[in-house]
Amino acid sequence: MFKKILIANRGEIACRVIKTARRMGIQTVAVHSDADADALHVQLADERVHIGPSPSSESYLVMDRIIQACKDTGAEAVHPGYGFLSENKAFQKALAAEGIAFIGPDAHAIEAMGDKITSKKLAKDAGVSTVPGFMGIIDDPEEAVRIAEEIGFPVMIKASAGGGGKGMRVAHDAAAAREGFVSAANEARSSFGDDRVFIEKFIQQPRHIEIQVLSDGANTIHIGERECSIQRRHQKVIEEAPSPFLTEEVRAEMGAQAVALSQAVGYKSAGTVEFIVDADRNFYFLEMNTRLQVEHPVTEMVTGLDLVEWMIRIAAGEPLALTQDDIRLKGWALECRIYAEDPFRNFLPSIGRLTRFMPPDEEEGLVRVDTGVMEGGEISMFYDPMIAKLIAYGGTRDLAIRHMRRALDAFYIRGVSHNIPFLASVMGKERFVKGDLTTNFIPEEYPDGFHMADLPPEDPTILVAVAACVHRKHAERDARISGQLPGHEKQVRNDWVVRLGDTNHPVTVTTLEDGFRVIVDEEPMVVRTGWRLGQSLFTCEINGHPESVQIDREGVSYRLFHAGATDRAVVMTAEAATYAALMPKKQPPDLSKYLLSPMPGLLVSLAVEEGQEIKSGEALAVVEAMKMENILRAERDGTVAKLHAGPGDSLSVDQIIMEFS
Amino acid sequence: MHDIIRQLDAKRVQARLGGGQRRIDAQHGRGKLTARERIDLLLDPGSFEEWDMFVEHRCTQFGMDENKVPGDGVVTGRGTINGRLVFVFSQDFTVFGGSLSMAHAEKICKVMDKAIQVGAPVIGINDSGGARIQEGVDSLAGYADVFQRNVMGSGVVPQISMIMGPCAGGAVYSPAMTDFIFMVEDSSNMFVTGPEVVKTVTHEEVTAEELGGALTHTGKSGVADLSFTNDVEALLGLRRFMDFLPGSNREEPPVKPTEDPFDRQEPSLDTLIPDNPNKPYDMKELILKVVDEHDFFEIAPRYARNIITGFARMEGRTVGIVANQPMVLAGCLDIDSARKGGRFVRFCDAFNIPIITFVDVPGFLPGVTQEYGGIIKHGAKLLYAYAEATVPKITVITRKAYGGAYVVMASKHLRGDVSYAWPSAEIAVMGPKGAVEIIFRKDLDDPIKIAERTEEYRNHFANPFVAGSRGFIDDVIMPHGTRRRLCKSLAMLRGKKLENPWRKHGNIPL
Repeated sequence: MFKKILIANRGEIACRVIKTARRMGIQTVAVHSDADADALHVQLADERVHIGPSPSSESYLVMDRIIQACKDTGAEAVHPGYGFLSENKAFQKALAAEGIAFIGPDAHAIEAMGDKITSKKLAKDAGVSTVPGFMGIIDDPEEAVRIAEEIGFPVMIKASAGGGGKGMRVAHDAAAAREGFVSAANEARSSFGDDRVFIEKFIQQPRHIEIQVLSDGANTIHIGERECSIQRRHQKVIEEAPSPFLTEEVRAEMGAQAVALSQAVGYKSAGTVEFIVDADRNFYFLEMNTRLQVEHPVTEMVTGLDLVEWMIRIAAGEPLALTQDDIRLKGWALECRIYAEDPFRNFLPSIGRLTRFMPPDEEEGLVRVDTGVMEGGEISMFYDPMIAKLIAYGGTRDLAIRHMRRALDAFYIRGVSHNIPFLASVMGKERFVKGDLTTNFIPEEYPDGFHMADLPPEDPTILVAVAACVHRKHAERDARISGQLPGHEKQVRNDWVVRLGDTNHPVTVTTLEDGFRVIVDEEPMVVRTGWRLGQSLFTCEINGHPESVQIDREGVSYRLFHAGATDRAVVMTAEAATYAALMPKKQPPDLSKYLLSPMPGLLVSLAVEEGQEIKSGEALAVVEAMKMENILRAERDGTVAKLHAGPGDSLSVDQIIMEFS
Repeated sequence: MHDIIRQLDAKRVQARLGGGQRRIDAQHGRGKLTARERIDLLLDPGSFEEWDMFVEHRCTQFGMDENKVPGDGVVTGRGTINGRLVFVFSQDFTVFGGSLSMAHAEKICKVMDKAIQVGAPVIGINDSGGARIQEGVDSLAGYADVFQRNVMGSGVVPQISMIMGPCAGGAVYSPAMTDFIFMVEDSSNMFVTGPEVVKTVTHEEVTAEELGGALTHTGKSGVADLSFTNDVEALLGLRRFMDFLPGSNREEPPVKPTEDPFDRQEPSLDTLIPDNPNKPYDMKELILKVVDEHDFFEIAPRYARNIITGFARMEGRTVGIVANQPMVLAGCLDIDSARKGGRFVRFCDAFNIPIITFVDVPGFLPGVTQEYGGIIKHGAKLLYAYAEATVPKITVITRKAYGGAYVVMASKHLRGDVSYAWPSAEIAVMGPKGAVEIIFRKDLDDPIKIAERTEEYRNHFANPFVAGSRGFIDDVIMPHGTRRRLCKSLAMLRGKKLENPWRKHGNIPL
């Protein structure tokens, strides 16, 4: 076994690999860029090597530096994680030349599976079901139309070197095929420097289901599937294992084909064969990923295996000591990817300092958090905006969903926007709960983007009860303030009104030894909690059901976060609530006449002056955030009435930059 | 006897109705509560004892002798907030528009006198059309009597003004002399001369809200310290605020027991200061992570945002926090921030509230506007306030402490009790670049030399060691342990005794 390995990656995956290596008694070396000098993976590793400036093209992607780091530290093997150099055959070869082991497959497998057309041919030869289509290179638009008609519309035109949705077009008729060919080829040329495109049948109501394989080169087994249909713009968001769609027969058939393909390329490590599955459970090979997948933890949760451990063992020359019969899928696991983005602003990436970061507690076998950040860390524009992966397990899919919802409720993040409200919304969608998924789930369920109204309708009782308990605790402490008139001390009352939004909920709250008894709207409940004043997370059992509610105290009110929604509660006496009902409802200020800063940053320049007329789309200001300049443009025609900020000003999110008339 | 009681009940009923149901409804229609409803909300239920309910005005002109309402437009008395004694007056807009008569003023003076005598705060709820014009000079005399008491009570008992309606003309000068002014958005305003007069005199067209509304005074003029969205939130907020203040200058501030451990570590503070010395960061994060339960009651959050002032607790005891805010104007001192900070420091000193100062200050803001505006005198206010203060003073230098501004910000030289520096602290006359351009003026044409000199200066001063070697700072502390250090220092200073030499009063540069 290796004594020391280097992890040629960053973030959560580097941390995750380090954890397994440490458990196996292997020393670890972290590499890092300038921006990652204080990163968690660097702190966790036994040794650290600085490999260059912040952009990954000057650090994590520079093979020579990583190989030099191996030599300098004496690392015998490299785990590439995912992304970066993980599927780079040149890297694999360069390591081999230096006698350093690559914890992953051989170069020829990477190469064979790296090209869409080659891999598809290989798959077909190995007896793997492939999407009907034309494997060859298409020369001109007319040929594209002819082939499309042969396959039958709709068809998908795809760049051979493509990925991430770039260079892909769907055509429902000849004209669209002609146009799609030209634009796909153009996009492929500019994105990948390779304008080869091919055409295949476009699968309707597709689901993305992938098979995990594990091979030592001789013994190849499959360890179940993952369904990754919940995607936004071809980015996976939520994954699960097993798939709610597959039957035992289809699973076995897919597994057998995945194994056949792996054997055909002499695969030797953990790998993933991706399939697209149609509504009739016909499945077609998509591609093979010759690396550890982001979503591998769901497989680990339902199998109890540690895939990284097997990758290391196989790379060290150990045989795979598992047979197909050893593999049993037990229960259900879900993974949510927590991204630094603002779901309410069309998922605009959010960067900045994580002022607060408290993931839910990990519970062995139930809740797992894979993350590479910590409180006080910086989400920078240099790397992937994924903050963490949250994995929840349950004996059944419903239980797994329930655990996931609770874990999302307990995930406390401040400083950057995040997609937890969106994830909570998906978890609450009836269609998701039923397992009725396709890769179009998000565009179909959120046709106009994500809005507050997409959050699951919620029984306010939980929030009311929690606000009442929190307030009771505050009131009890208030009653212990020093300097009271002796003999006339403050008495704590039991009856309150929780004003949640604009609705009054009368409550009675009394203290129990380990919590509170609360009567909300005449419904009695017992809230058991060890919550202490000042804690941001109220964890409790309400009538035996575990719940987590996040609480931020804001002046006289409590801001409560639960099930993706944010609510404001003020707790007051019944009299005060009567008065509060008399207060005028204030319209939220009309912000359409303002230009607001979409992110925290520096106002670099203003392109307009007061009194200037502007046209829709015209550049108004440049805001620099994390060394990236963002041009803010006018959304409609108008006149600049007043400038509220000047060049050089630091802007916070939603700060007014200028006012229009 | 029965007859007397019946009459008494009738009078009480009449007094409680104020200006009558129609006017109460009108008050509600304006989104405002009545004087009594406000007191109900402010004080502990059942704790209010009303005084002078039967006082009536003595004016006989203009038919006023036919027009009397018991109480005469102001509700006064005492009660408790969380069991602690306060005195209150609440002007009743439904009675003669809350206008101030001699009798009305006498009622206010009575509670103020008693408050000063027993040592309890005075809360004034202002909702008044102004002087009772029918009374002429009597009304003016009434104002003067109130003003005199505001001044006599200043620094003796906390005085808080809640502006919940109009407050115009001479009437503004009573709140102006109190310690804090809070306003309600959209329903309160304060000005010396109203929009109509402004229009005739200066031809400026301005609404009452623009001229003297809550947003104007909390943002532009700095006259008010805080604004609230409506009456209910304002009064509940005021209750929360009062828990920070002692009853008088004879008392220590109150203690509220906390479950927040004094030695709570905050590892994330170790990465608060960016590597780039010119990159801002949010000082509020530090404040929130250091104080009890992340609970910080900010004063004047919208005015002179380059300095942060407010109250918090450490181990349950009130502290005043003053901090430069690098997010705004790089945290430099200017006219507004020096006035804001100076006034806050003096309040804390007057009422035995220890002051914690977080320093990241690149200096004073340069510019013609500042010099013409008198930054010399205004900047001196903050300096004077810190130098004069005898309460415990603890300073944490997080990053820049440059030049005169370093001295001003509760430095060791101004009798600071404990001065800490984070490892990122730079204590120097100015930033390395500026310093080198002066010291090595002759090398200005040689960028390589200048860069070398800058590096040399940075190595020498861009750290806490030189100041440490002089004893200007007591220790260099790790950011994550700041709370523990502050709590222990505050405990150490609990017995601090320091007196200034006797004098009638100092002569702060007003």
